Amino acid sequence: MTSLVDSVAARNATVEEELARRGIDRREFFKLCGAIASLMALPAGAAEQLAAAVAKARRPSVIWLSFQECTGCTEALTRSHSPSLESLIFDLISLDYHHTLQAASGDAAEAAREAAMKENAGKYLVVVDGSIPLGNPGYSTIAGVSNIETLKEVVAGAAAVIAMGTCAAYGGLPAAQPNPTGAVAIRDLIKDKPVVNIPGCPPIPIVMTGVIAHYLAFGALPELDGLGRPKAFYGETIHDRCYRRPFYDQGKFAETFDDEGARRGWCLFKLGCKGPVTYNACATSKWNGGVSFPIQSGHGCIGCSEPNFWDAGGFYNALSMPAHPLNVGAGIAAAGAAAGVAVTFFNRGKKGAAKAGHETTTLDDLEK
Amino acid sequence: MSASLEKGVRVLKEMIDAPIASYLNSCVHCGICAEACLFYTETGDPKYTPIHKLEPMRRLYEQEYTLLGRLARMVGLTKPVTDAELAEWQELVYNSCTLCGRCSVVCPVGNDIVYMVRKMREGMSAAGHAPDGLKGAVTRTVKIGSPMGVKLPAVKAQMKHVEADYGIQIPLDQEGAEYLVMLSSMEIINFPEYLGAIAKIMRHAGKTWTLCSEAFEATNAGMQIGNSDLARVIVKRIVDGAEKLKVKTVISPECGHAYTALRWEGANLIGRPFTFKVQHIVEVLEELRLAGLLKTEGMETDRLTFHDPCQLARRGGVIQPQRNLMAMIAKDFHEMPDAGFMNWCCGGGGGASAIEEGEELRLEAFKRKKSQLDAVKPHRLVTACANCRIVLEEGLEHYQMNLPVVGLTETIAEHIPDPVGND
Amino acid sequence: MDQLQFLTWVRGTGLNLTLAIFVLGVIWRLIEIYGLGRKQDLSAPRDVAGASGWHTIYRRSIPPPGMLKLSPVSYIGGYVFHVGLAVVVFLFAPHIALVASLLGPTWPGLPSQVVDFVSVVTMAAMVAVLADRITKPAKRFLSTFGDWFTWTLTFLPLLSGWLAVHHLLLPYTLMLALHILSVELLLIFLPFTKLFHAFTTFGSRWFNGAVNGHKGVPV
Repeated sequence: MTSLVDSVAARNATVEEELARRGIDRREFFKLCGAIASLMALPAGAAEQLAAAVAKARRPSVIWLSFQECTGCTEALTRSHSPSLESLIFDLISLDYHHTLQAASGDAAEAAREAAMKENAGKYLVVVDGSIPLGNPGYSTIAGVSNIETLKEVVAGAAAVIAMGTCAAYGGLPAAQPNPTGAVAIRDLIKDKPVVNIPGCPPIPIVMTGVIAHYLAFGALPELDGLGRPKAFYGETIHDRCYRRPFYDQGKFAETFDDEGARRGWCLFKLGCKGPVTYNACATSKWNGGVSFPIQSGHGCIGCSEPNFWDAGGFYNALSMPAHPLNVGAGIAAAGAAAGVAVTFFNRGKKGAAKAGHETTTLDDLEK
Repeated sequence: MSASLEKGVRVLKEMIDAPIASYLNSCVHCGICAEACLFYTETGDPKYTPIHKLEPMRRLYEQEYTLLGRLARMVGLTKPVTDAELAEWQELVYNSCTLCGRCSVVCPVGNDIVYMVRKMREGMSAAGHAPDGLKGAVTRTVKIGSPMGVKLPAVKAQMKHVEADYGIQIPLDQEGAEYLVMLSSMEIINFPEYLGAIAKIMRHAGKTWTLCSEAFEATNAGMQIGNSDLARVIVKRIVDGAEKLKVKTVISPECGHAYTALRWEGANLIGRPFTFKVQHIVEVLEELRLAGLLKTEGMETDRLTFHDPCQLARRGGVIQPQRNLMAMIAKDFHEMPDAGFMNWCCGGGGGASAIEEGEELRLEAFKRKKSQLDAVKPHRLVTACANCRIVLEEGLEHYQMNLPVVGLTETIAEHIPDPVGND
Repeated sequence: MDQLQFLTWVRGTGLNLTLAIFVLGVIWRLIEIYGLGRKQDLSAPRDVAGASGWHTIYRRSIPPPGMLKLSPVSYIGGYVFHVGLAVVVFLFAPHIALVASLLGPTWPGLPSQVVDFVSVVTMAAMVAVLADRITKPAKRFLSTFGDWFTWTLTFLPLLSGWLAVHHLLLPYTLMLALHILSVELLLIFLPFTKLFHAFTTFGSRWFNGAVNGHKGVPV
């Protein structure tokens, strides 16, 4: 892991200079740029363009704010057993503030943040993980300051905001029913700066890298969908890229977690897989450097990059099943029977009355 | 003079039962009933679609017997049935429906439309919206004894003629006879050979039989006009006569609706099962044939076909016997297309032949019968219903078809040999 | 409310409400209709094998002699879309999971491509019967708002399901939610429209067969 709180010189260096300083292989760098270009489906030749542009770019200052989060997003980014492409992200940016990764603490840490904000006013990037409680500011504070105050203060001078993880992007776990802290997403609060959502619980690390690289190379954030997610990574559903899709189409499903179908790698739709309604790159980019992803490991997608996925009807309830246990039983049947019997009672009475009132027709009665 | 909308509505409410409720809720407006009804197929006018005949009853059912329907009426979303509407429906319920029952056997969801039309007529007649022709017929039947005004003296006169022609005595009011023979006015007046045929066959088979002076008329105009109270009066005469004479079986003559009225509606009209059997003459002949009591001689050699009366075949369940009987005496017999269970109506049943203002429509509907006959080109047409005979003859004349129509019983009788030693 | 929340609602509260109205409605209406009863037939029956209400329940599914050529679209189109609907509803795995979860045992389904083909054929048949309703005089004459409405209620689930599977018109999650919603509307209105023939056809055919069977006529 590269050290992250650097000297002033390091902060102002270009990416190329910084890579040279650390002795990072230029081939590694080109591999990263090539991977990012293809992942984001950039046109042919873009890899070279990207590499050239990124190399010359000044590493941007990044201030990482952590609010109501579990640190899983950071873990995803940093948990690798060998230097991975994902970790090279830290060579592209100057991470000037991060609770878990920074060496400093207390006042020194806050001072470093304020210094970075002042020096890079209007140009730094803010990365946020975790949701913000509006119920009571005291639910989550840093250095005695409420999250929302911190957010507003730091974002004021930012060039753009990246909401990392589903909590920051949509509220996540804290916002799940009954949302006791009144948790909200970044987009709900920040309206005057560009916000990119990188949802996932946690998100796929390469997505973060791709967004940063794109920003460095082209000076703009990549194209976003209606939920603020980069289309390059969130444009297709898991279902449409899943390697088990042929089994879905053939109607071959695992019925339980260790049955014949499960062992043969059949579709997990019946075990609650939310692949069809989940937009993410898991089925293609996968995790841990492309090793696997949940479905490949035998567990259905839980839809973690979608808003409110915690409240979407249970992880093991197939999409075509009721979202929660139904309340239609003997009571309803009895009510229907009661209604029917009541009407029949009146009907029979009416018919009986008509019969009782029958006036035997004589020949004369055929005329009016 | 008390027919009124109120009375009609009350009667309709009485008539509606679970089957009708089920039928009205099952109709999906598929129009297949129209394709089975000769009044629609030969005119192309969709107003003759059978299920449409029940529209006032359907609305009434909805408004009276369903919760949502009652609510709808309360807020004015559905209009109550009016007298003008029933007047408009008279043509649909009477002139253009012979109660032939074809619609009931084709409806995909199982609706028994003819069952409903029969009950609709109860309400229509109580509301004063029955055709004059039928009112006249039922009046004459109740007051005089027959729809054509035939009284006992006329019957006795015919009996004498037949006795003279055939040389056989016609029994009257014989207590303990096995069979009570009923007649229809049509036969008494137009086809006296029927009575002679009966006499011949009974003698040949060795069976005892009798006519009844108090109940000689089989046809039931009360059933045709659709009024159970009046139908009951007419049926009761027959029941009283049969029980008084202690007969085993009452024979319904070559007539369609007489059979339906007595065999199927009779017991329900008087409110108790009969103590005697009821059979159509065709059923009796078949029974005699099976018992070996009907030994015919010779065959008809011209090209023959058979018209199944709706009330006998499709509505009465007597379909094969007439074929077995024809096989006994017809050498060159050919079935019409759709013969038997799916036969097309002659167009004059259900009282339609008594409705003067419906004649033009009947003749147009006859084109269907004409096309059946054109497919076979018979020399003669055999049937087992006097009303069908008259209606067929009228239709054939209108279309200038030279085709004699004869009755099955008389044709069988022609092949019964005279007993040896008789002159 | 976003797409996934809408989907979760129709799968949850919406489905709950729908099934409650459906169960309540069906039971109420069945009792309302059949509770009227019928009088006993006092005439002597004619016993003929094969003539009864039960026989008519299945036999009435066969077009009587001569009727098929008089109304081919009603029969053929009608059969194709009824059978097609049954195949799509009961032999597509996601649907089987739902029905099985409500009623009990499960059964194998057909491959998705087969169901896809069947759903297209079903929709085509439905369009054909709609066209027939518009062009055939008797059908057009009988048709009321209820006929057009129920046709639409039945067609939309097919169309929306097909569009969802093929990712057409709207994003999948939304299309799926609308598909489920369209099914819920169909179920809610079923007991109170002519769609109730799904239940009463059996009773009607039985009564018809019984009355005629009493006379010894197999219908």
